[in-house]
Amino acid sequence: MIEEIFGWFVDPYQFEFMQRALIVLLLVSVVGGVVGTFVVHKGLAFSGDALAHSTLAGVAIAFVNGASVGIGALVAAVATALGIGWVQGRSRVSYDTAIGVLFVAMFSLGILVISRRSQYTPDLFSFVFGNILGVSQQDIWGALILGTATLLFVGVFRRELIMVAYDPSTAATVGVPVNFFRYALLVLIAVAVVVALKGIGIVLVNAMLIVPAATASLLFRQINQIMLLAVCIAAVSSVIGLHVSFYANVATSPAIVLVACGMFVVALVTVSGRRSSLPLTEDATSDRVDMS
Amino acid sequence: MTGRIADHPHAREPLPPDHEHGVFALEVDDLWAGYPGSPAVIEAIDLRVPRGEIVGLIGPNGAGKSTLFKAILGLIDPLQGEVRAFGRQVAEARNDIAYMPQIEEVDWNFPVSVREVVQMGSYQGIKPFASWTDNDGEMVDYALEQVGLTGVISRQIGELSGGQRRRVLMARSIARGAQLFLLDEPFAGLDAGVQHDLLGILDELVNKDRSVLIATHDLACVASCSDDAICLNRRVIASGPPAVVLTEEALSETFDRHLLTIGSLGADLTRGLYDEHRSEI
Repeated sequence: MIEEIFGWFVDPYQFEFMQRALIVLLLVSVVGGVVGTFVVHKGLAFSGDALAHSTLAGVAIAFVNGASVGIGALVAAVATALGIGWVQGRSRVSYDTAIGVLFVAMFSLGILVISRRSQYTPDLFSFVFGNILGVSQQDIWGALILGTATLLFVGVFRRELIMVAYDPSTAATVGVPVNFFRYALLVLIAVAVVVALKGIGIVLVNAMLIVPAATASLLFRQINQIMLLAVCIAAVSSVIGLHVSFYANVATSPAIVLVACGMFVVALVTVSGRRSSLPLTEDATSDRVDMS
Repeated sequence: MTGRIADHPHAREPLPPDHEHGVFALEVDDLWAGYPGSPAVIEAIDLRVPRGEIVGLIGPNGAGKSTLFKAILGLIDPLQGEVRAFGRQVAEARNDIAYMPQIEEVDWNFPVSVREVVQMGSYQGIKPFASWTDNDGEMVDYALEQVGLTGVISRQIGELSGGQRRRVLMARSIARGAQLFLLDEPFAGLDAGVQHDLLGILDELVNKDRSVLIATHDLACVASCSDDAICLNRRVIASGPPAVVLTEEALSETFDRHLLTIGSLGADLTRGLYDEHRSEI
């Protein structure tokens, strides 16, 4: 029995493509969990989705011109991130609407470029729906470099990122360069999206940012704990999803996302049962300051 | 009260009121400000906050109190006019100014603890890989003690009651070790007891030569606790000592109606409360 379970976990990794898939998924989990915590608590889910979809334009243009599609995706995502940052608080339409317009414009541009090609382009569709089993050694290096850069940035500027996310006005008054970090956070999301893009696909990549961090936020109230748990949830969902997809012969990224969503529902049900007994406020007497 | 601000080893000495540091804590001259694409919200504002005084800024909702604060702090670009804190540009006097926004402006669901929020107040600039404990000086402990929140330091801020939330933001501004405090509606929605406690903290600050500008729509508070009052409704309607400024005429112009007057009875009443409050400290 134990050997069977052990075998279920270990057997797939005799294939090199499964090893590569696992490495990329673990990288995606770390970056997605850390950056996703900001996405969830700053209410940037829609921006994340827009960034993911905008990469299609970069992927398509790079593909048609024979350039690196990974770099194409990165350029498109970062450009869109800067565009979203510029629109924030500046446009005459609501923020949501502005992002919505940016989102569909970039996505349409991608589809338009693809439509010029007469033959079927399977490589491009692996970006739309994800192809974790098709990641190359080069993809791993790309994910590793971008992932490390993202984590380093978050590590170096942890306090500033949190202060700007939590209370930007006061952060500005104590001397934090708020505008720089506002843009930086959007660029971090763009980079995280690109790290996960090849494996998870444009359509579902946002899930790797949102679902694990949202689940962790139901269970913990400290940002460090939330990040750590989000990474663990993403990693566990990835491994389970990868194996389910291997044995059941179904697409990998939806399997991973469904496992993660399942965990979210379990956490939600657990917490709603518990919350009612949680004291949310203290007794009135503690509201007084002892002036003696 | 176990400690006093000026006694605290980390508290900076008050700046001398000389030519270099300005005679006033805050000087605002002919300030116009608003938001892009709309007409100016505040017009031609002149105001002074003297050293060691509490100045109450009173006006109805929508009078531009928060906009004025944001323009003073440089959070929005003024259309015209000049702001000086301690004789310097506000950007240069940043470490001498503490700001307390309205509690509605802060995201209370954000996963940070009470202590971390107060530590944000003692932020001194970018330091790679720094954690919150790097900001953690005695000023943080001191500020938490001043507002009476030492018992809840590791709570997530969303678990706090309304009064405690205001006190967290107050502690954050105290931890700044600042000379000038800009407080936006610190008393809104507080019961009399908590309000009284916060007033005690402010009194403690001005006794140590700190200066305070409070925006509020609470007339009684301005009448009782401030040295100077400014009536604001997009422009300065009146300014001076509360007893002189809070006339029926100025108030009805400020609030656009004749409902709110404080009359001699009201003034006596609030004065009485104030004296009682003073004698307790």
